Amino acid sequence: MTINKGPRIKTPEQNADARRHNFDEVNKGYTAQMAMEEAARCLHCKDAKCVKGCPVNVNIPDFIAEVAKGNFAEGAKIIKSTNNLPAICGRVCPQEEQCEKYCIRAKSGGPVAIGALERFCADYALQNGETQEAPKRSNGMRVAVVGSGPAGLTCAADCAKEGFEVTVFEAFHKAGGVLVYGIPEFRLPKSLVQAEIDKLKELGVKIIFDTVIGKTYSLEELCSEYNAVFLGTGAGLPMFLKMKGENLPGVYSANEYLTRINLMKAYQKDSDTPVITGERVVVIGGGNVAMDAARTALRMGAKEVTIVYRRSMNELPARKEEVQNAIEEGIQFLLLNNPIEILGEKKVEGIKLQKMVLGEPDERGRAIPMCVEGSEYEVKCDMVIVAIGTSPNPLLPKSTKNLKTTPKGTIVINEDGETSIEYVYAGGDAVMGAATVILAMGAGKKAAESICKKLLR
Amino acid sequence: MFKIITKRSLAANVNEYVIEAAAVAHNARPGQFIILRVDEDGERVPFTICDTNKIIGTVTILVQTLGATTEKLARLQAGDSIANFVGPLGNATDLEGYSNVLLIAGGIGSAVIFPQAKNLFGIGKPVDVILGARNKELVMYKREFMSYAKNLYVMTDDGSDGEKGFVTQKLKSLLEEGNKYDMVMAVGPLVMMRAVCAVTKEFGIPTTVSMNSIMVDGTGMCGGCRLTVGGETKYACVDGPEFDGHLVDFDEAISRSSFYKEKEQAHLCRLRGLEANK
Ligand SMILES: Cc1cc2nc3c(=O)[nH]c(=O)nc-3n(C[C@H](O)[C@H](O)[C@H](O)COP(=O)(O)OP(=O)(O)OC[C@H]3O[C@@H](n4cnc5c(N)ncnc54)[C@H](O)[C@@H]3O)c2cc1C
Ligand SMILES: Cc1cc2nc3c(=O)[nH]c(=O)nc-3n(C[C@H](O)[C@H](O)[C@H](O)COP(=O)(O)OP(=O)(O)OC[C@H]3O[C@@H](n4cnc5c(N)ncnc54)[C@H](O)[C@@H]3O)c2cc1C
Ligand code: SF4
Ligand code: SF4
Ligand code: FES
Repeated sequence: MTINKGPRIKTPEQNADARRHNFDEVNKGYTAQMAMEEAARCLHCKDAKCVKGCPVNVNIPDFIAEVAKGNFAEGAKIIKSTNNLPAICGRVCPQEEQCEKYCIRAKSGGPVAIGALERFCADYALQNGETQEAPKRSNGMRVAVVGSGPAGLTCAADCAKEGFEVTVFEAFHKAGGVLVYGIPEFRLPKSLVQAEIDKLKELGVKIIFDTVIGKTYSLEELCSEYNAVFLGTGAGLPMFLKMKGENLPGVYSANEYLTRINLMKAYQKDSDTPVITGERVVVIGGGNVAMDAARTALRMGAKEVTIVYRRSMNELPARKEEVQNAIEEGIQFLLLNNPIEILGEKKVEGIKLQKMVLGEPDERGRAIPMCVEGSEYEVKCDMVIVAIGTSPNPLLPKSTKNLKTTPKGTIVINEDGETSIEYVYAGGDAVMGAATVILAMGAGKKAAESICKKLLR
Repeated sequence: MFKIITKRSLAANVNEYVIEAAAVAHNARPGQFIILRVDEDGERVPFTICDTNKIIGTVTILVQTLGATTEKLARLQAGDSIANFVGPLGNATDLEGYSNVLLIAGGIGSAVIFPQAKNLFGIGKPVDVILGARNKELVMYKREFMSYAKNLYVMTDDGSDGEKGFVTQKLKSLLEEGNKYDMVMAVGPLVMMRAVCAVTKEFGIPTTVSMNSIMVDGTGMCGGCRLTVGGETKYACVDGPEFDGHLVDFDEAISRSSFYKEKEQAHLCRLRGLEANK
């Protein structure tokens, strides 16, 4: 096979002027032709460094080799053997920090577009009706999974394949966790998440909605009915800055704003769920969540959306692609600025900011921002979205005796993923704090393995 | 789906629904609430658990028809089902340690104090109750309260039932007559709770209020229900819904609760308009 020596092929995108007014997917993905050409850039390295960058060790050189030959279904199968949700990971993995970061072609035309190729294979398989392996014969044992985010879904699928009878309990009326209530439609179409959930149902997994473990049933009750329990409850508790004016009407947590719009469909004109449309919106924070909130506000009709972040462009924790997209869509960035007060009488009327400079690096190597005395100034706005992070929800640990957590509220587990309560496992954001989809999946997989090892010995 | 077993009209625009929801009934305690969605496109809205039957697995709620969601609900009948019903959420209220409790309800607040009255009666500590409403038609659960309360006082704005006047007038006169209470629990419109708290503060009586903040998830995930209590931000859904009334920032709560008024009104008009055009 001849190697394509050319530069990385860009994925087609919806034009920035059009997309800032709609919720359709921004990235349109490769055509078959493009996928094959991009796949031909891979050198099929023997000791492939890219694989080490992937938290679930997708066999990257092998799947790409199949794509190069046009065997897309085969490519999808190879990915699927280690990654249950490739259509999702191909879209939302921070590839530039993971697989693609280590690609040998980084210096010659850019790293191979592993994520885009993964997405292409997964979409191809979805559209062309793939068959999934039938689960093993029932082993007569039952597993309960709490939470239907990527961690819970992965653990449920892997346990079901091994012959466990699996029941997922979800607090919301819909499955998917952050994939449905947080990440917006224009980045991750909800139909894809639903397709994955339908496949889970084919495996015989039961999903029970409207059930809050710790309230509707206690963890103790689950333990008495199931042989093992997996906690994939995520890190859904929004953090606020504890500054003056933060409880004014017009200040949203990113969670509330995105949930109202994504899960509760407030983006549809006649939705029952209200959300206000700001004219001048300020988003506080610099991660993926801040980008999603800002780009969503724009699509909801805001005239001006500004991201306020206390460090500089280099330190922005959001994915490069998201930042680039946000800039193209016309989002403003006020970098090296820190909010100190939200202004207004009965509702938000403005925000008081302070200028920052970067000082010495902290223990993680990130420069510590320091405020410039006397640099306060005010900016007018009518809506503020706080997107400075989330921490694990204390609801379940608080209502459960003996479930050990760290001072930060994350659930403590051992190397098998087991918590301080025997037969109770945990993983994903509930354990790591806000992390990534692929890490949550990896944790779900790990716990499923441990459950099998312990119960099927 | 959750089936409506019975529906009964209690007052103008107020219905009682008994809903089949065994999982919710199973661990529910007085003071907790549920969140429901009427249909697949519905908004999530909270209601207090008014009563439960753990044996047959039902939950009773009292709902005042206010806007789009409650209007949709009011159009359903016994035998129909609603899409979602999650709970029990929030913390249970424990008034069992007090020996002489006064419960005050304004309007739909009866839904919240009724399970308390019933519970305290059950442990041999019957309570005094003040029910307030605009007029006779809006006084709810009067008969039920009569069988559980030590004394029941009804106050209406127009004097069509009980005495004419506000609940705070009755509260004040009870206290001035020398009645001793070691706890007052007041539930109703924010302005009413604020007024009650002003009186009880003067008399130095601890007062619990139930905050009906705007909610989405009810599990601490959105922060939409936040309010200031004693200078600290609290979430009504997981830290409440009941709080020390003398510490609640009612002015802030009032401005937060009226935030969506215009949008909600427009939506309701569309809903009604759509029906009218059919
Ligand atoms: C706006 C936004 C954008 C993001 N963008 C990216 C991205 O581009 N790339 C990336 O890799 N990551 C991204 N992330 C992070 C990623 O989504 C999370 O790391 C991942 O979803 C964590 O998965 P999880 O399964 O641990 O938890 P979650 O997805 O949070 O799911 C937890 C589920 O558990 C349910 N639950 C919680 N408590 C209970 C209970 N007591 N009983 C029953 N159910 C319960 C919740 O309702 C929820 O459905 C983003 C996050 C957000 C918020
Ligand atoms: C813990 C709690 C317990 C409650 N218990 C009862 C009860 O037992 N009986 C009862 O009739 N009502 C109760 N409420 C109030 C009830 O939730 C609202 O009346 C209902 O949401 C109105 O919805 P709507 O769409 O019909 O009206 P809308 O037109 O949407 O709103 C009318 C008013 O209701 C309030 N409201 C709107 N949406 C919400 C929401 N999502 N969450 C909370 N409040 C909202 C707002 O103040 C609004 O101005 C309770 C509220 C809370 C928070
Ligand atoms: S799962 Fe994510 S990190 Fe792994 S290969 Fe796919 S895109 Fe890269
Ligand atoms: S490192 Fe790059 S070139 Fe080498 S196998 Fe991985 S994707 Fe292909
Ligand atoms: S309702 Fe969302 S945090 Fe209370």
